Amino acid sequence: MIPTWAQLVYLGCAVAFILALKGLAGPRTARAGNLIGAGAAVVAVATPFFYLDLDHVPLILAAVAIGSVIGVVGARRVQMTQMPQMVALFNGVGGGAAALVALVELYEMGPHAEEVGWFTLAATAFTILVGSVSFSGSAVTFAKLQELMTSRPVVFPGLPVVFGLAGIAGIALGVLVVTDPGVSFGIPLALLGLLVGVLLVLPVGGADVPIVISLLNAFTGLTVAAGGYVLGNVVLLVAGTLVGASGTFLTLLMARAMGRSVSNILFGALRGGSTLGAGEASDRPVRSAGPEDVAILLGYAERVIIVPGYGLAVAQAQHTLRELVDVLLTRGARVDYAIHPVAGRMPGHMNVLLAEAQVPYDQLVEMDDINGEFKHTDVVLVVGANDVVNPAAKTTPGAPIYGMPILDVDEARQVVFLKRSMRPGFAGIENELLFDPRTTLLFGDAKDSLAKVLSAVKGL
Amino acid sequence: MSEPVVWLTIFVLSVFVGVEVIAKVSSTLHTPLMSGANAIHGVILLGAVIVTGATDNTVALVVGLVAIVLAAVNMVGGFVVTDRMLQMFVRRRPSDRQDGRG
Repeated sequence: MIPTWAQLVYLGCAVAFILALKGLAGPRTARAGNLIGAGAAVVAVATPFFYLDLDHVPLILAAVAIGSVIGVVGARRVQMTQMPQMVALFNGVGGGAAALVALVELYEMGPHAEEVGWFTLAATAFTILVGSVSFSGSAVTFAKLQELMTSRPVVFPGLPVVFGLAGIAGIALGVLVVTDPGVSFGIPLALLGLLVGVLLVLPVGGADVPIVISLLNAFTGLTVAAGGYVLGNVVLLVAGTLVGASGTFLTLLMARAMGRSVSNILFGALRGGSTLGAGEASDRPVRSAGPEDVAILLGYAERVIIVPGYGLAVAQAQHTLRELVDVLLTRGARVDYAIHPVAGRMPGHMNVLLAEAQVPYDQLVEMDDINGEFKHTDVVLVVGANDVVNPAAKTTPGAPIYGMPILDVDEARQVVFLKRSMRPGFAGIENELLFDPRTTLLFGDAKDSLAKVLSAVKGL
Repeated sequence: MSEPVVWLTIFVLSVFVGVEVIAKVSSTLHTPLMSGANAIHGVILLGAVIVTGATDNTVALVVGLVAIVLAAVNMVGGFVVTDRMLQMFVRRRPSDRQDGRG
């Protein structure tokens, strides 16, 4: 039995987690919210040391220390551009931890499973299965984002059948865990969960992966909640449920920002619904130019809009871009950055990246506010972005990005793309805008190209 | 109320709270919010500590210790990385205030 004082501490921690989430949802309170959450988590973890007669305390403390060091080093070392895969990784290990906790608990229940009750056993099975799905699914999203494997959907014949069979086997093993508690069915259930996680994420295309991270984050939340029920711990139940509910809601918000439905993202490739382009470089003619030509276009334009994309961040060209914008501003042009909701790899990712380069916040304009401006714009400079300006989202019903709101760059008088090559964007489809007569392409590394354009503009 | 119903009540209320508190979040904050929520479920570390401290089987102990390491990575790394992201949002606030004055 948990003593009353400890239950009250747990209640306080649960309230603190609610306040933490509420804080994180507002720009001014976000950092405080995160710190409140961290504080509550530390207090919650410390509490059982004071009321339980725990064995193996030195080993436990050593394991906590090892995990904390790995976490801190990883979190400090990671580049801002790699943030999405870092979140995926942290989420995956959390799901894995929940599954392992449930396995150990299932083992401990074994001898006296009669007293446990079927609902607790079902919650244990749920934690093992979904925690494992979250672990392996996150591992695949990490591999896709880190480009350890292809970011394009991986589909093989019979995948829907395999997926269906794995689902049925999961339910069957779950029932067996309830009727015959013990790790002899628990371990196969965990292994099956790992398989389902891989099968779930493989068919998802690169551009949709962030939404899957958010979904898996919600999954892990629910497994932690179920784990809390199994262990009779209210903090785990409340914290897990909060993350599960808000994570599901956030997933829907993100999907809406991209004009996609969650079921289409997960199962679109299985149904053959999303057709993808060749994913190879096209040999159609385009108009390419040198940095001097681009400098003249920009230097004499009155209204310029910059469309930054993930390629900008990969090239670490944010600072050079900011310098170029500063020069254009002193020449009297009006310059803004148009931020697509999913620019970068995740919603809000580009804001983080540009903030890192100290671009003033008031120059960042969100899509809905700037889309009307493009028709009065002399030059749009697209740096390392592709899918978010691809008119196929409006004109080609079969395209995987069809229906995604885009920046109406095609309405501007001139469009300049800085690109490394003619390779299509993350979604793997060709962009008709590249072949438009008003479009000029400057090939090369974004940082390099921007530096050359910058010095050419200075020399005008 | 029977005990499972009490738990169910807490669960259902938490679902509503979880959706309500983030209902008005702007897309700018989606990434840090996801990251922060991700860190919060790292509190499974608490569960990992409890089950590991209660077992006397060597294999279960090892599995429990692995769970502790993984959960600590999730929790500690999650909060640190979220703070790093949010620092950048804070740093630009002075320019916001200048806009307010000018």
